[in-house]
Amino acid sequence: MVASGAMAAVGVIATAWPFINNLNPAADTLALSSIEVNVKPIAVGQAITVKWRGKPVFIRHRTPEEIKMADDVKLSELPDPETDNARVTDTAKKVRPEWLIVVGVCTHLGCVPLGTKQGDPRGEYDGWFCPCHGSQYDTSGRIRKGPAPKNLVVPDYLFSSDTLVKIG
Amino acid sequence: MASSHGAPPVFKNKVVAWIDYRLPIFSYIEKEYHTFPTPRNFNYFWNFGAIATVMLVLMIATGVVLATNYTPHADMAFNSVERIMRDVPQGWLIRYLHMNGASFFFIAVYVHIFRGMYYGSYKAPRELLWILGVVILLLMMATAFMGYVLPWGQMSFWGATVITNLFSAIPVVGDAVVTWLWGGFAIDNPTLNRFYALHYLLPFVIVAVVALHVVALHVHGSNNPLGIDPKGPQDTVPFHPYYTMKDGFGVMCFLIVYAAFVFFMPNAMGDVANYIPANPLVTPNEITPEWYFLPFYAILRAIPDKLGGVLCMFGAIAVLFVLPWLDTSRVRSCMFRPVYKWFMFVLVADVLVLGFCGAHPPEGWYVPISRICTFYYFFHFLILLPVLGKIERPLPLPPSIADAVLSKKVG
Repeated sequence: MVASGAMAAVGVIATAWPFINNLNPAADTLALSSIEVNVKPIAVGQAITVKWRGKPVFIRHRTPEEIKMADDVKLSELPDPETDNARVTDTAKKVRPEWLIVVGVCTHLGCVPLGTKQGDPRGEYDGWFCPCHGSQYDTSGRIRKGPAPKNLVVPDYLFSSDTLVKIG
Repeated sequence: MASSHGAPPVFKNKVVAWIDYRLPIFSYIEKEYHTFPTPRNFNYFWNFGAIATVMLVLMIATGVVLATNYTPHADMAFNSVERIMRDVPQGWLIRYLHMNGASFFFIAVYVHIFRGMYYGSYKAPRELLWILGVVILLLMMATAFMGYVLPWGQMSFWGATVITNLFSAIPVVGDAVVTWLWGGFAIDNPTLNRFYALHYLLPFVIVAVVALHVVALHVHGSNNPLGIDPKGPQDTVPFHPYYTMKDGFGVMCFLIVYAAFVFFMPNAMGDVANYIPANPLVTPNEITPEWYFLPFYAILRAIPDKLGGVLCMFGAIAVLFVLPWLDTSRVRSCMFRPVYKWFMFVLVADVLVLGFCGAHPPEGWYVPISRICTFYYFFHFLILLPVLGKIERPLPLPPSIADAVLSKKVG
């Protein structure tokens, strides 16, 4: 009885799996997973939004002051401690502090934070401000204040030259 | 055809008798909706079960018709809804009936739930009846949420983003669950497709649970405003014609108000931002859910922690499942609970204030007020109900329904 019951349970799970897995991303959705961006036209102090995997990605050409601000923060002050250097390193381990690349999705409930366009409110830490529930990010895209639990996600990216970056 | 209490019906029509002998649907209708002994003292709050049923049927009917013209694709959904509004004959009417129907379905169900709470309809032996009702509420919320996504406007898109992201608060597996819900890396066409499939399916699941709800109701019969059981035929009247008429009247009154909204202010309860096509790169200045979710949204935002907020929001509904066991008072109706009655009104005010806070950005006074109200909501159910049932001294119950009804007439 126990053995046949266990066999039946295995059978049910094995049959249920295709139905559950069917809802995962399809191959064509996964195939669209990387983009290349020419960052040459982005002036110092400027930021742009590109679309990657259906989500906005912010690319900011940071000013020396912004880099210094991000560098000077003590890790103990951060809700999600991470050094600025770690967030501006590409997959080839090359550090480029002038380029900050983050996924523009608030880690609270997924809104797009303001601060990329000229004239947007950038919050108290001069980074991004999420209008939905008031989360504030600094010049390294790290969470400083508000309900979001994590820093803005840094996607995998690789600079193939000084002006060409592949995201994803 | 006619029969008195208890006696099996005799059908004069030979076709009816032939069918009934093989499949007793006519006997069933006769027993459950004609002679069914029903307390004689219902007030108008008892209309709302019937009203909710009518709204459910209306939502399915309008929904099926809308589905014949709607296109569930991220590039075409918004325009297909606009086509329904402008080009399809009477499309505007069907869509406004469906759109406002969701709001009025929730109005009916919220009044129905208040009725159940105020008159203690959830208490023994109707606990399962109540629990089935909470299941219906959850299914309605899921259906309404997914339906709101289908027009693919800005609020559809960003409402769906915020709500699906709630699941990312689950430790360890959260992000995988969200990707699985989306079928991609963000809300996109696969999400719209599956929400459409579920939005079409769930109403029929609701119909099935409503059927169970009614079966459970007809085991011990309806509660009544006095909260005491009928003791004999002098306490009840047959369901038909007494309550078919009263329910019919209530349904008509309700539909008049509904029609007023459909024809004269069809967008009063909606958000203008949903007439802007969805844009994944721009978040609207303020994301507000439909009004019927606002109290729960306020609870979500009142808690300064992501996981905590999500747990409290779902907990606000989960607590209803155990309501029959949290209430320790042996008296059902608030008419005989002099203290609890007032707290019941406080709870209603509390939920209304939460709804008001949910409609405004979480700044300034709205933050402490929604925190106080969230605290009271859980305090009411988890502390007040169990304790008050033990210490409150209820008023004396009348000996029977007939006694109470007749003495009221005289005095």
